[in-house]
Amino acid sequence: MTQLLQVENLETKFRTADGKLPAVRNISFSMDKGETLCIVGESGSGKSITSLSIMGLLPPNGEISSGSIHLADDNLTEKTEEQMERLRGNTLSMIFQEPMTALNPVLTIGYQLREPLMIHKKMSKKEANQSSIALLEKVGIPNPKEKLSQYPHELSGGMRQRVMISIALACEPSLLVADEPTTALDVTIQAQILDLMKELQTELGMGVIFVTHDMGVVAEIADRVMVMYAGEVVEIADVESIFEDPQHPYTKGLLDSVPDVDGDVQDLNVIQGSMPSLDEEISGCRFHPRCPFATDICKEKEPPLFGVTSNHSSKCWLQEVKTNGEPNAIARS
Amino acid sequence: MPATAEIDNKNVKKQPSNNRFMKTVKSVIKNKLSAIGLVILVFIVLAAIFAPVITSYGPNEQDLGNTHLGIGSEGHFLGTDNYGRDMWSRIVHGASISLLVGISSVGIGLIGGIVLGLLAGYYRKLDGIIMRIVDLLFAFPGILLAMLVIAMLGTSLINVVIAISIWSIPGCARIVRGSVLSIKEQEYIMAMKSIGASDVRILFKHILPNCTAPLIVYGTMRMATTILSTSALSYLGLGAQPPTPEWGAMIAAGQNFMWQAPHLAIIPGIAIMLTVFAFNVVGDGLRDALDPNMDLNT
Repeated sequence: MTQLLQVENLETKFRTADGKLPAVRNISFSMDKGETLCIVGESGSGKSITSLSIMGLLPPNGEISSGSIHLADDNLTEKTEEQMERLRGNTLSMIFQEPMTALNPVLTIGYQLREPLMIHKKMSKKEANQSSIALLEKVGIPNPKEKLSQYPHELSGGMRQRVMISIALACEPSLLVADEPTTALDVTIQAQILDLMKELQTELGMGVIFVTHDMGVVAEIADRVMVMYAGEVVEIADVESIFEDPQHPYTKGLLDSVPDVDGDVQDLNVIQGSMPSLDEEISGCRFHPRCPFATDICKEKEPPLFGVTSNHSSKCWLQEVKTNGEPNAIARS
Repeated sequence: MPATAEIDNKNVKKQPSNNRFMKTVKSVIKNKLSAIGLVILVFIVLAAIFAPVITSYGPNEQDLGNTHLGIGSEGHFLGTDNYGRDMWSRIVHGASISLLVGISSVGIGLIGGIVLGLLAGYYRKLDGIIMRIVDLLFAFPGILLAMLVIAMLGTSLINVVIAISIWSIPGCARIVRGSVLSIKEQEYIMAMKSIGASDVRILFKHILPNCTAPLIVYGTMRMATTILSTSALSYLGLGAQPPTPEWGAMIAAGQNFMWQAPHLAIIPGIAIMLTVFAFNVVGDGLRDALDPNMDLNT
């Protein structure tokens, strides 16, 4: 497998009235072509900011303060805005959470679908129309020709998300960032959209970064899983390891808090406490105030990313005992 | 086969926009006052377009043997003025002047206002400068500003257009800026950025279409103000010069004969009043039809 994306020591900060606050703290990961990497975590864990950093679409007060993002041979952090414009929609693309608001209400589906084709492939309107019909067919929309002249409000949520996907995939990107694309949809539609995405992924051979907080979706679609907490990567592993053999207490907590519908009536397990705010300085491990296994060293020293196996690592001092203190800073290279 | 496909495409395409247009017209007509306004407007526009066809005398054709003819005279049903010129012909030709001046100055004003409003709303850095200039223009009484511009450029109808367009810019800029501020935060703008659309493309092709409803209303209302101001300036001798059949200038000329032939001043006055009234009530109707509960955002 060839490597598609390599993120190294990425740190994203936000300028606020209280100074610059880091939302993403020094994270590193990589992914291969055709792979699906799920980023999971609570709200505010920095998963969306990580994906926006990759897209170069941070809000005006956000900036990548250090680190690098390599997509194939390009270093995205060194690109100018115009160069990024040429890449966005072409080699990397994004789909959003809310299909209700991610399409312009006053423009037709066809108009919005033609945009990436006309921007990147310099197609004429007529050519773009032909391609749009093919694209809509590909994402399973019936009567694509009619749909082109319809407005977003005439389509259902699931249909709109399909349209969003077809817009994002119009130029066959090598990396697709999906920021909770199924959260706003009901479960049956969710399953359809996930199937569609898997299908298109195999067809186009693209890498997918899938941001979600739904462990069910993770189990469905992920090849590898990256768990984020308070702007840091706490555990990264292939999907089987995460579900069968989670190492980090936070990952265990996340999995425990998924209700078991088959079991007897039981209390819902929750992780006690709440996510620290961006400016909260916590000595040692950022999770230790909420961690049931916290020891003295957790309060004093920040743990490195320990390798559990060759492609499973966990940022927790509990691993030190198991691995005899051999930190493995980047899980996979 | 491709030919039929194309025709199909066109038919499908036209339908929704037609529907929306017809829907708007229907809801404008629902209001009786707006319906009356619309009828008057259509009449004025048709009269202006077909002015040479529906008159038997030129607007400046003098007939010194038949001056000051009253309303209902034979051959001149609106009478003649002090040079024996046919009032009907002058009113109708005046309509085309008023409409042309109105359309061009509102048009120029809208273009200027849209560009400034888009820039101010989208780029935070430009916002301060542009909106202060707009505030400055707002603080200046419109007619005074127009007189100032005309004093600098000289009296002519073209300079009236320039003066009034400058005066139309600030209101439009504010409307557009306000819309842009809320629209630019929408997810669909982010989505357009994520497929690599440039700022210019986003501003004009994706944000501007969302501002059209308030702009249509503003433009219509503005037509009324513009026509009124043009007449006011011409009445003061700053706009159209005699013998141009401009309504305001006609009132100015007619008021000298207020006792012998009151219709010389009253008829152009009524023409102005009707036109302004029509634009205003149609504007009101459009606002009710387009602005608050229009299904633009559902």
